[in-house]
Amino acid sequence: MNLTLKIWRQKGPQDKGRMVEYKVTDISEHMSFLEMMDVLNESLVAKDEEPIAFDHDCREGICGMCSLQINGEAHGPDRGITTCQLHMRMFKDGDTIFIEPFRANAFPVIKDLVVDRMAFERIQQAGGYISVNTSGNTQDANSIPISKQNADLSMDAASCIGCGACVASCKNSSAMLFVAAKVSQFALLPQGKVEAKDRVKNMVMQMDLEGFGNCTNTGACEIECPKGISIENIARLNREYLAATI
Amino acid sequence: MTTLNSRIPEGPIKDKWTLYKDKINLVNPANKRNIDIIVIGTGLAGGSAAATLAELGYSVKAFAYQDSPRRAHSIAAQGGINASKNYMGDGDSNYRLFYDTVKGGDYRSREANVYRLAEVSGNIIDQCVAQGVPFARDYGGLLDNRSFGGVLVSRTFYAKGQTGQQLLLGAYSAMNRQIARGKIEMFNRHEMLDVVKIDGKARGIIARNLITGEIERHSAHAVVVATGGYGNVYFLSTNAMGSNATAAWKIHKKGAFFANPCFTQIHPTCIPRSGDYQSKLTLMSESLRNDGRIWVPAKLEDAKAIQQKKLKPIQIAEENRDYFLERRYPAFGNLVPRDVASRAAKERCDAGFGVNATGEAVYLDFATAIKRYGTEQAKIHGINNASIEKITQLGEAVIEEKYGNLFQMYEKIIDENPYKTPMMIYPATHYTMGGVWVDYNLMTTVPGLYCIGEANFSDHGANRLGASALMQGLADGYFVLPYTIGDYLADDIRTGKIKTDLPEFDEAEKSVKSQLEFFINNKGTHTVDYYHKRLGQVMWDKVGMARNEKGLKEAITEIQEIREDFWKNVKVPGSLNEFNQELEKAGRVADFLELGELFAKDALEREESCGGHFREEHITDDGEAKRDDANFAYVAAWEYTGKPSEAILHKEELEFKDIELKTRSYK
Repeated sequence: MNLTLKIWRQKGPQDKGRMVEYKVTDISEHMSFLEMMDVLNESLVAKDEEPIAFDHDCREGICGMCSLQINGEAHGPDRGITTCQLHMRMFKDGDTIFIEPFRANAFPVIKDLVVDRMAFERIQQAGGYISVNTSGNTQDANSIPISKQNADLSMDAASCIGCGACVASCKNSSAMLFVAAKVSQFALLPQGKVEAKDRVKNMVMQMDLEGFGNCTNTGACEIECPKGISIENIARLNREYLAATI
Repeated sequence: MTTLNSRIPEGPIKDKWTLYKDKINLVNPANKRNIDIIVIGTGLAGGSAAATLAELGYSVKAFAYQDSPRRAHSIAAQGGINASKNYMGDGDSNYRLFYDTVKGGDYRSREANVYRLAEVSGNIIDQCVAQGVPFARDYGGLLDNRSFGGVLVSRTFYAKGQTGQQLLLGAYSAMNRQIARGKIEMFNRHEMLDVVKIDGKARGIIARNLITGEIERHSAHAVVVATGGYGNVYFLSTNAMGSNATAAWKIHKKGAFFANPCFTQIHPTCIPRSGDYQSKLTLMSESLRNDGRIWVPAKLEDAKAIQQKKLKPIQIAEENRDYFLERRYPAFGNLVPRDVASRAAKERCDAGFGVNATGEAVYLDFATAIKRYGTEQAKIHGINNASIEKITQLGEAVIEEKYGNLFQMYEKIIDENPYKTPMMIYPATHYTMGGVWVDYNLMTTVPGLYCIGEANFSDHGANRLGASALMQGLADGYFVLPYTIGDYLADDIRTGKIKTDLPEFDEAEKSVKSQLEFFINNKGTHTVDYYHKRLGQVMWDKVGMARNEKGLKEAITEIQEIREDFWKNVKVPGSLNEFNQELEKAGRVADFLELGELFAKDALEREESCGGHFREEHITDDGEAKRDDANFAYVAAWEYTGKPSEAILHKEELEFKDIELKTRSYK
């Protein structure tokens, strides 16, 4: 198929940035979206033009590196996948596709489609851990039974890949789903209960400091989340936060 | 000339690690904070090492090329992690895990290291549970285990199909705790481009800030390389796009020996290539072989018709199918080890029986399992005379519960429903058992330079068993290196801060900069990927699943030619002082072009078949791998002398005192 691409180009953080039009031809429906981008970049390099910078790594939907806003949707039109798992069969010959970086004040653009997600790192550093040393001198792994239901819910929350699609999809650029996933993972486990209050307060405080918006329960984050993390976790985060602050 | 000393402690194998720990030197807590350690790579091995060293009190600097340690490719491991907990009471023990690993590795690993690995495996599970890793549990609230290939017990702990992710996030959280306290200084989007040696010891690195392009000097009292394997030498592999061998190769060029590069694992169940644009290959969990039957058409004309899409697999009658694994290996059938299954698929495809347009795919068929489970379910539900449709429906539900997420992933990529038509699979490069040579302390042949995780050659011999990679990465990082590195650093308490304005730093920085400048200024005719793909093709065709003397010699010449062409005609756009992904790739491919040659040379020199290394000249009468213990029971450790072709071979003879050497048979 032949496609028209309108891609965000931005030299660096200081540059204003603009949409630039590119044509690609003979795109196979079996290509992944990023392979289509590879084809475009190879042709740009061949023409002595600068290729388009975009983040990607594992290309199997788990590292959370890829981060494209395609036709206005985080990770594009398909559901339950990351950009690297999106395939060209989702598009038709002659389509025009708009490709932009994830947009949020807390995610400044580094170059073209690459954004800086250090805000997420700082939120994790504020409390996304259990304070136990890695000496291995802990009690036996089976000494505290954990109900299967809680272990499974904890796992569902823990499957967050930290891509930022929730923020990019939210009209308020809220990071509540991201923070809720980590808070919930630990709140559901006995090991995490010891520091639960400090954790939720510190992570929420850092989230606010980073300039993410508030949650107004539109639920867009849950729909665009490649791992299908439920907004029930946001409810749990609110409960934990309330319990910690009163 | 450097000689190999593996520094294996004396004493019975069960006591070596304990006795050794009792006697090593320790560093006083007040001194630890004055000692700097650089950790390169933040996957399971590097991440766990960085966190633990920081907890102990050392000042750690950690480097990752991604924007966060959480993105390292350890995250992609699906199946699980082995530990000899014996929670199932099925007869597991440290010895059994040790035995299975040495045997699975086709008797090419070091006994003492593997025993230590088994010994600390249980601790890993305790540690991860304490960190909040949500492992799968049974209804009683205790940890669940499953079984994996090549063993007789259930010892694999798992977190859905995302065990690697959960373990990495555990190590990442431990790192975050130390980053918040300032004990780890984290350098995201930084790439190590050379190691700096002072008085023969590793004392620092040269790194490039991938955002600004700035070249930085970092000093330390010890340097730890934990940068994973070199599977991307094949261009196409299940590794991440950025996975590279640059750190490992740069330290090799500075004196660290490189061991057994030819030991590479080709995983049998990956989604096949669909075209020349393909950028990477996706693994489908080995667990699928429990219920899937592997076949190709028995008649060549049927295979041709399928390749041209004139015939569908379900139209081929049962008697015209060749279930080649069941035919060749009746005892193990579809569950033969990875190396055996991969080679058998290649053999059929080379003979023209492949089942997709490229001719490089075989079927993995669940129809029999669906029918079997469906009939069983009908009985359980008391449905008499169930229709074929009902049986299929019931059977598909069972398959969905077991493998639903994998089937969905397959459908997204291939756009075919694997419940209705057989999956197509083909082998792909997955893991590298070879790597930087290390002694019992995990130190390379350069003092103060350590190598851990997949990047070292250590524990898996010539073939790795499923669910053992995660175990080794975390064992090295959490429980081995933090002890052994103290023994070395105890001598450094009076050294003081290492200065970065020394001539050794000047020199290393100069050579790094001149290579980067060369790439930008060369303005050649071909892209970096063009060379990487050419290299990958030679590696796959001639140094892939089956190797022979003629092919390997040709490969060496061809790789040299590609390398020469690369250094004349490579084209890298953009400039030095900016975010430049093509420039990053150029340096990595330059190193792969050298590593690939050493790989082929090592494969040529090892005139036996063992594990993932299959030499067509060394087979039994019925076409199986033939090991040669009399002549090749050694680790091949290569010393760099200026060119891969002139590398010098050092042999570490392997002694098997606790395990008897046997031939593997799956007939």
